[in-house]
Amino acid sequence: MRHLLLWIPCAIALWAPLYNITEPTLFGVPFFYWFQLLLIPVSALTIYAADRLRKA
Amino acid sequence: MFDHLNVVATSVFVVFFGLVTGLGFIASRWKAADLDHIHEWGLGGRRFGPWITWFLLGGDLYTAYTVIAIPAVVFAIGAYGFFAVPYTIIIYPFLYMTLPRLWAVSHKHGYITAGDFVLGRYGNGWLELAVSLTGILATMPYIALQLVGLEKVILALGFSGQGVLQHAPITVAFVILALYTYKSGLRAPAMISFVKDAMIYVFIIAAVVIIPIELGGFAKIFAAADAAYAAKIAGNSKLAAGVTLTPGQIGPYITLAIGSAMALFMYPHAMTGALAASGSKAIRFNTMTLPAYSFVLGLIALLGVMAIAANVKVSSPQDAVPQLVLWAFPDWFAGFCFAAIALGALVPAAVMSIGAANTFTRNIWKPFIHPAMTPREESVLAKLASLVVKVGALAVIFLMPTQFALDLQLLGGVWMVQIFPAVIFGLYTRWFNGWALLVGWAAGMIVGTALSWTPTAWTPVHGLAWDAPFVGHVDLGLHFAAYNGLTAVIVNIVVATVLSLVVRTQAADETAPADYEDSAVAAEGGASPAFPL
Repeated sequence: MRHLLLWIPCAIALWAPLYNITEPTLFGVPFFYWFQLLLIPVSALTIYAADRLRKA
Repeated sequence: MFDHLNVVATSVFVVFFGLVTGLGFIASRWKAADLDHIHEWGLGGRRFGPWITWFLLGGDLYTAYTVIAIPAVVFAIGAYGFFAVPYTIIIYPFLYMTLPRLWAVSHKHGYITAGDFVLGRYGNGWLELAVSLTGILATMPYIALQLVGLEKVILALGFSGQGVLQHAPITVAFVILALYTYKSGLRAPAMISFVKDAMIYVFIIAAVVIIPIELGGFAKIFAAADAAYAAKIAGNSKLAAGVTLTPGQIGPYITLAIGSAMALFMYPHAMTGALAASGSKAIRFNTMTLPAYSFVLGLIALLGVMAIAANVKVSSPQDAVPQLVLWAFPDWFAGFCFAAIALGALVPAAVMSIGAANTFTRNIWKPFIHPAMTPREESVLAKLASLVVKVGALAVIFLMPTQFALDLQLLGGVWMVQIFPAVIFGLYTRWFNGWALLVGWAAGMIVGTALSWTPTAWTPVHGLAWDAPFVGHVDLGLHFAAYNGLTAVIVNIVVATVLSLVVRTQAADETAPADYEDSAVAAEGGASPAFPL
């Protein structure tokens, strides 16, 4: 179950057609770049959540 | 030779570089222990807690070559270079699942390399040899590329030697590196990485704040990049470049991310850094905190588009970052940034040479040449081997064109993935037969190398349709190109699976299922970290 959680950020990160667009931009940065950058802390938080589930 | 030297930048560079390398020599006294034992010299006594491991692995995996090469790809062709981001995203969930198991079994049985584990698990010395040779072969060009990164920043300082003198500065830097690695072992890069990583963070934060302001904001930067890529495509219709991926780049982008992630922790230097951790707690902590370096890497990649907007003039894309730094910052800060990149070359180079030396000693020399080695002899040989590995890397730079090191590094990644089935599947099951895995490895090595060869150059990706000798035309009908490492490892896994179905062996397995669990360590009273860090 918790390992399933870990697959979510991986699936999104590898689903390149999903984010291969320029709009909407953030501070002038195309979606392609800021979305992937944002996904980094999100995936770290997912691992944290999975770890809490392991300990619980 | 010194006519165009940037005196201010060079002075700052030399001071920082000197101070930090000095730490490498002091490191032998840190967490003092008997460095005549390979566990101490080559693995820091497995006593690195969560934070030391964070700095060490961060400094080890995100190398100087990355700081130069990733933005160079973005500078040259745009979005494609960002593959490093999905690559470093998918790696940590994967490591969270697998590394604690590898650490636990290695701690229980005293393994210090992938080869050690494979031998213990499958009882097959030839599979151990294959795994170990792959690691050493892939590591050598990787070390050489750290030297390329180092040379790029020294070139940017204005140093312009001819002939043998051309390589004088990196030779000096490498001799220093060789001496402190020899003396202090893994403690040296661990200690240096504290300062080096802090310097890289300062450099990148300053760069992503100041440079966009100087260039009038990200909207202008990306508009300039868009225009530059469009101009490049107009000049060469075969080139794929742009602010987003072209349809033909999507397959390679995804498969390169997957294949690179599978390869990374197969490298001896990554394995060394991880096994030096004091426990699975330190490892799990790092799978959540190392993404901070991935974020920095993403920002570093953006330096590529900034260099386009700044209109820097370079002879090779790999000069883009150093030239951007010179363009954007006052000389003294440029010297600081260059020192950060240069130290960023030495930490991984040190760990890589230690990882390769441990592998050579444990998995090639000891089993095949001199089985009755004492721990002291192991340590002495590993120290010598680390020197040989570095001299070898230096020789590559002196004697071969840089392109040769780049090609070898590319092939090294393709090869490294081929030990993935033996190591990672082995953490979960003993269903696979050692001989079957060995044949699968050989098939993967051949297929991966063959796919990468073209008459003009070595390339990492190949369309999923081939004219194979003796077989004829094969078309998987997927209509996209994929990373050769991934295609080859799939062949590897299929071969290993089929052969394992056919041939069952009774070879010994010295590990037990419980050895892979955290509880195995707890039952022994933990890893007893001597320090709270």
